[in-house]
Amino acid sequence: MKHVNSIIGRVRRSIFSDPIIPRDESERKRFLRRVLLLHFRPSTVPDKTLRFSLTWGLGGMAVVLVLLQISTGVLLKFVYEPTTIAAYSSIQTLIHDVPFGRLMRNLHHWCAHLLVLIIVLHMLRVFFTGAFHPPRQFNWIIGFMMFGTILAANFTGYLLPWDQLAYWAVTVSTGMLEYWPWIGYLFQGVILDGADIGPATLRFFFAVHTAIVPIILLLLMGFHFWRIRKAGGLVIPRQPEEASISHPSRIPTIPNLILREMVVATTLIAVVMVWSVLVNAPLADPANPGLSPNPTKAPWYFAGLQEMLMHFHPVFAVCIIPLMVGLVFLAIPYLKYESDTGGVWFVSRVGRKTGMMAAVIALLVTPLLILTSEKLMAPGREVSAMPSFFMSGLLPLVLLFVITGVFIWFIRKRYSVSSNESIQAVFILILTAFVVLTMTGIWFRGEGMILKVPW
Amino acid sequence: MIKKPNPEKGKDSVPPRRKFLNKLWAFLGIVALAEFIWVVLSYFKPIRNQEARGEFGGRIMAGTVGSFLPNSVTAFPRGHFYLACLKDGGFMAIHRKCTHLGCTVPWVEKEQQFICPCHSSAFDIQGDVIRSPANRALDIFSVVIENNVVFVDTGQAFRRNEFRPEQVVYPDKKI
Repeated sequence: MKHVNSIIGRVRRSIFSDPIIPRDESERKRFLRRVLLLHFRPSTVPDKTLRFSLTWGLGGMAVVLVLLQISTGVLLKFVYEPTTIAAYSSIQTLIHDVPFGRLMRNLHHWCAHLLVLIIVLHMLRVFFTGAFHPPRQFNWIIGFMMFGTILAANFTGYLLPWDQLAYWAVTVSTGMLEYWPWIGYLFQGVILDGADIGPATLRFFFAVHTAIVPIILLLLMGFHFWRIRKAGGLVIPRQPEEASISHPSRIPTIPNLILREMVVATTLIAVVMVWSVLVNAPLADPANPGLSPNPTKAPWYFAGLQEMLMHFHPVFAVCIIPLMVGLVFLAIPYLKYESDTGGVWFVSRVGRKTGMMAAVIALLVTPLLILTSEKLMAPGREVSAMPSFFMSGLLPLVLLFVITGVFIWFIRKRYSVSSNESIQAVFILILTAFVVLTMTGIWFRGEGMILKVPW
Repeated sequence: MIKKPNPEKGKDSVPPRRKFLNKLWAFLGIVALAEFIWVVLSYFKPIRNQEARGEFGGRIMAGTVGSFLPNSVTAFPRGHFYLACLKDGGFMAIHRKCTHLGCTVPWVEKEQQFICPCHSSAFDIQGDVIRSPANRALDIFSVVIENNVVFVDTGQAFRRNEFRPEQVVYPDKKI
């Protein structure tokens, strides 16, 4: 800078004490520490963790999507009106009269759904690379809490357009709450406006969606990243036979990691942008509380739960089974493992084999169970409360436990697997079954919720 | 005068007065926290608007007794209910919300049943379950007949497992 002693120079130096673009190694190191957005990065990273196939950039993609959601969401907030009278028309104003309003809305809609998919994939990556062993156990819990927060964001946002799709999907989803003993009634008292969803519901959901969720999410994200840093970064990838490396070779974060992150981020934004330009977010007719569409389905991420409702007694489908699965998920980092398999995909060679077996078995058995259940529960059956709890609740649940137990006993006997592989196998069984249930709920349920092929 | 507790002795050496005051502070802190939680939670209660007359949530005039035929069902969309006039002339105000997951159940005249479009639950004219997945009868609103006019109070829906004769309201016998 020529006029270093000018007033411009003095202002610039008061903000940036170092050169804005670092020119060499030491300036780069200082740059990392001084720049707010990058200061949580280490100055070097293990070169093996730069491999894309370690994480597939999923965590980073989630961050990008969250930032996109906040940006588009804030813009939307200037146009959207959270009242039952004006909500729908404010969205039409957004689409037709606001410059790029249609694009902002589409972006917000598609990023919301993509985000749920990405964080599920991220969780699967973390699990299958064993990145939940100490010292990363608590970060798994934080991640779980963020998952819940994102689901809450999706669910509350789903209602806001106040069209037929929104109104009835949320009616059905809050209807499921009724089957939670004691607290279900309490939740409904808060969410519902009297007996149905109404203006108070919209108000409540809007407040949660635009204030509570973003605050909680940002706090959890900061916590999550700090824990990653504390754990020394990502797990170091290795083959099952290799020993874990205690001092891996490292290379500078700038440019190696930052460049890769920028590439993934810009590619993701480009893809999402193109999609949002070409495909519109759905908007059905304005909400009509007197007319339930046929069929009425919950949002796709709740379709698995709704499908379970078709087969199990409601308290089991909506309360007991999700609670049990949730507890198992939370307990995963704290179970007794025989080894720390951080960095190895699917635990071991035999882990890959038994994992594949678990997936195939769940893929075959779940549709079979669904069809059997449909045959047994054909509408027109006698209605009575007592046998239902046993026949459609306890009995099928015990059956599932037995199937799982037999499979685990088999792989233990045949392949002498350790607890790592067994737990992974159970995880895969539950996961695959739920995926099948979700796909059934989305694509194989038609009018009157009868089971039918989608073509 | 500040009395320092001896570090080797541990908790036992904290003077009793200090222990008591600490406990008192802790208790007051818990009370403050409870108050704070109560304040936050009270924002979650829906602000119930004044029950407008004629609107859902308030008292709705359905019509004179004579204007309803026995064994008929009349829909009241604004009130979110159906007025069922039974064979014996008794009245029931049946909430239109399916007891399975909350869809609005239409009355299907041809089948003489309430049939839910969402998952095919079916109910009879008294609201009893004919077909699952619903497992309890449709909710009812209280019916009052004054001067031969039928009023329905939609302020609160009454849950029931099944139909009971006491749920039916009969017009006064006119001599």
